[in-house]
Amino acid sequence: MERSQDEADAGSPVASNRSVEIAVYACLLGLAALLGFDNWHTGIGWDPTGPRPGYFPFYLSVILGAASLFGLARELIARTQASDTFVTRQQLARVAQVFFPTLAFCLVTQWLGLYVASFLLVAGFMYFVGRIAAWKCLLTAFLFSAAMFVTFEIAFDVLMPKGPLEALFGR
Amino acid sequence: MEALELLFFGFKVLLTWKILALMMVGLVLGIFVGVLPGLGGPNGVAILLPLTFTMDPTSAIVMLSCIYWGALFGGAITSILFNIPGEAWSVATTFDGYPMAQQGRAAEALTAAFTSSFIGSLVAVLLITFLAPGIASFALRFGSPEFFAVYLLTFCSFVGLGREEKHKTVISMSLGLLLAGVGMDTVSSQLRMTFGWAELYRGINFLVAVIGLFGISEILVTMEERLALRGHAASISLRVVLGVWKDLPRYWVTLLRSSAIGCWLGITPGGAIAASFMGYNLAKRFSKDPESFGKGRIEGVFAPETAAHASGTSALLPMLALGIPGSGTAAILLGGLMVWGLNPGPLLFVDHKDFAWGLIASMYLGNVVGLVMVLSTVPLFASVLRVPFAAIAPMIVVSCAIGAFAIQNAMFDIWLMLLFGVVGYVFKKIGIPLAPFTLALVLGNRAEDAFRLSMIGSGGDLRVFWSNGLVGTITTLALVLLFWPLLARLLGIGRRRDR
Repeated sequence: MERSQDEADAGSPVASNRSVEIAVYACLLGLAALLGFDNWHTGIGWDPTGPRPGYFPFYLSVILGAASLFGLARELIARTQASDTFVTRQQLARVAQVFFPTLAFCLVTQWLGLYVASFLLVAGFMYFVGRIAAWKCLLTAFLFSAAMFVTFEIAFDVLMPKGPLEALFGR
Repeated sequence: MEALELLFFGFKVLLTWKILALMMVGLVLGIFVGVLPGLGGPNGVAILLPLTFTMDPTSAIVMLSCIYWGALFGGAITSILFNIPGEAWSVATTFDGYPMAQQGRAAEALTAAFTSSFIGSLVAVLLITFLAPGIASFALRFGSPEFFAVYLLTFCSFVGLGREEKHKTVISMSLGLLLAGVGMDTVSSQLRMTFGWAELYRGINFLVAVIGLFGISEILVTMEERLALRGHAASISLRVVLGVWKDLPRYWVTLLRSSAIGCWLGITPGGAIAASFMGYNLAKRFSKDPESFGKGRIEGVFAPETAAHASGTSALLPMLALGIPGSGTAAILLGGLMVWGLNPGPLLFVDHKDFAWGLIASMYLGNVVGLVMVLSTVPLFASVLRVPFAAIAPMIVVSCAIGAFAIQNAMFDIWLMLLFGVVGYVFKKIGIPLAPFTLALVLGNRAEDAFRLSMIGSGGDLRVFWSNGLVGTITTLALVLLFWPLLARLLGIGRRRDR
């Protein structure tokens, strides 16, 4: 039942597969050119001892470029074909709901350490996206972050980025 | 019989309390990871890899391979109870598994799935036990040209035999090989493709890319689809288990056929996905009553599960014997070997006997223990799926970040992971396959080194790749596979692809 409701308000397409493919091929073509140029700079010739460091990657960038060009040309020529939807407005909104918190999580990790960031991410995501009762969110987030801390920092000796809070506890 | 002796030696390595405990932990974590939507075999292994960084290699590989077994078993739970294939290769399992659950035969379907996974893996492990040492000792005679030819064969067969559009496979592979070259060049110690950016000097770590490509991107895809989890309850009683097992001999042809398909496609990089579909389709085609497939027929669970797991397991054969992974997960395990300071390849069986045989023995033990464990704990793990996705998604993101950071203790890698997450999401949606990218990224440097060493040896003469019968055959075979679609069309060989 929920699905049909979903389909009904799926929203208008934001991008078609074809336009995204064209954009991706164009980016890859650019990347191939950039890397190809850099490798050409490093040296693509042969030394007495064999190929120079740029040789192997240079020809790989040529292959990458050629394959991207092929894809690009094919998508541009096949213009009459109807293309599938890459993402609808609603889908994009849902992807953003998880992408931006993840981005924020990475930023916060840099300043406050991973464990505080993980507490904020879990609690925030559950509360704002999942609309779950606040106490459940806080409790789950605390238990999760604490469990991660015990597992990695104490049991397995794998050290994570830490911030002022952990410093307070002398870790 | 030497293999059997060595296998016993392997069991002796395993039978310590510490390793057995790690095995159980690995299995539980694996089933957990397999049951969670948006995670599965390769992702789970990649994310949990950091747990093993401080262990000795044998304990590490045992735990990691148990995570993998657990994830394989766990994947079947979601396919059957929730109609959500945890992995692409479980898709075929849902065809008959979910209808069975709808008819109230969930326990039967689950028992069938677990048992056939067990059988498939067992056949593949037997194959590994008896073939891997032989192949490895044969490969000890390989020089650089032979190794490069084998790498070439792996890459070319992906392009030639893959189902994806060829240019997309080529893009994925060349991009992976290029990114593998970023950083310090191992032969000349010169920096390449770093653009003066210090963070890039140590190169792009393969595992960071994998965590982003599989873990983060999977979360994005799952979120986009907004899965409404509606599952069937199930608990498995001994009576059902025995009932299914009693009927097992009736399906021996299906089981054998699927095992054979799986082993073949696992060793050649056809992969578990192709194997599961082919297993299912062939069972249907040879059935007296093909109409009943898709409506809850137990054979429709046996066939794809056996094939998928035979394939997933036998993908470890080329990894162990030659250092060439046959699947994404095998590639990640290979990445693990390098982190623990082992050099994958034929020398593994000579230099690290306890490791190689410990791993093989753990495949037997992990499978048996895993089977018993999943059969007894299904209700517990199925309840994991009732936890809201809004709670699971951020936890997976955090686990991914921990995994990415722990590999090189670099914050930059967390950002790289996020970037690869977005790339993976876009690639998945427009059909650029990720497996060739993973493979290229992990093998890139070794392939390049083998190429350059061959060139140094031959004074730049490309004919070195046809200098003797062995290397010539492999190189020619590689080129034939690369142009296979074209050749097949020219020769008018109609290829029927199983869908």
